[in-house]
Amino acid sequence: MSAGEQALPLVPGVPLALRGPAPVRVVAGFGFWLFLLSDIIIFAALFATYSVLSGSTAGGPSAAELFDKRHVFMETLCLLASSVTCGFGLLALNRTDARALYFWMAITFVLGVCFLTMEGREFASMVAAGAGPSRSAFLSGFFALVGTHGLHVSLGLVWLAVMLLQVVTLGFRPMVSRRFFCFALFWHALDIVWVGVFTIVYLGAK
Amino acid sequence: MQVQAQGQPPGVDPGERHGARSYLIGLTYAVALTLASFWAAATPLVYAPAVPVLLAVLAIAQMGVHVAFFLHISSAPDQTNNFLALLFGVFITALVVFGSMLIMTNLNHNMMSMDQLMKMQR
Repeated sequence: MSAGEQALPLVPGVPLALRGPAPVRVVAGFGFWLFLLSDIIIFAALFATYSVLSGSTAGGPSAAELFDKRHVFMETLCLLASSVTCGFGLLALNRTDARALYFWMAITFVLGVCFLTMEGREFASMVAAGAGPSRSAFLSGFFALVGTHGLHVSLGLVWLAVMLLQVVTLGFRPMVSRRFFCFALFWHALDIVWVGVFTIVYLGAK
Repeated sequence: MQVQAQGQPPGVDPGERHGARSYLIGLTYAVALTLASFWAAATPLVYAPAVPVLLAVLAIAQMGVHVAFFLHISSAPDQTNNFLALLFGVFITALVVFGSMLIMTNLNHNMMSMDQLMKMQR
């Protein structure tokens, strides 16, 4: 740990104003947490849009006709499992155990790719069946919401690949660990958004 | 691990108390809640108008499980900042989602349908 990373010892009675600056890890983690919450507010707006438009099918296919629940269940399991393997990877990162980190993060990456492949195939089959985003307001809302989530997952995979390369080339520096740690938070947050997606979009389909 | 002077970032399991166990407990709960959600959406056993409420409860419970066991956010004293930020995020999310739905339902309710409007103009 560098000097900036060192946690200051806590004397419980010392008032906040007299304590030293917070360690970089705490500041970076908190800042990233704020970013995640603002990202979730973007999703809140998309969820609101979808909920308002979900009945406006303009004579096109409705949600209940389009979605296959078994397919969605597999997608959900992929993302949930990848969230857990990402957590195991984070534990390996804390132990600076490179081999375990590569192992768990590789599984996380593969599960993320599985999820994206399934989602991509679903989108492609919908567009092929004439249920693309331009068909109705409901489908515009659907593609905006689920597509934004998919875009986040894709960017997360790029980020994960970059972080693995950084561990390979730079090793377990505090800077690299901090970024990897932020990635793990991002990945868990995406899974939380997906819980909302599968409940409102797929299971709530009427 | 000593308690840090300025709190904890989110995602840190304090003192690595649970390690992998925290994630496994979270996984168990999350899988159980997911199965319950898919079951609730398909079953004829639950009174149909109550299903959306049941789904909402299960989803909120699962989000709580993710926050507690994967993100390790808690209301512990060294997590005050994270927890307050989370509460604010939840507040804004609820405002945006329920506010929009309330307003749009109200608008739909007050808006006359097209054929009724045509009839009035005749």
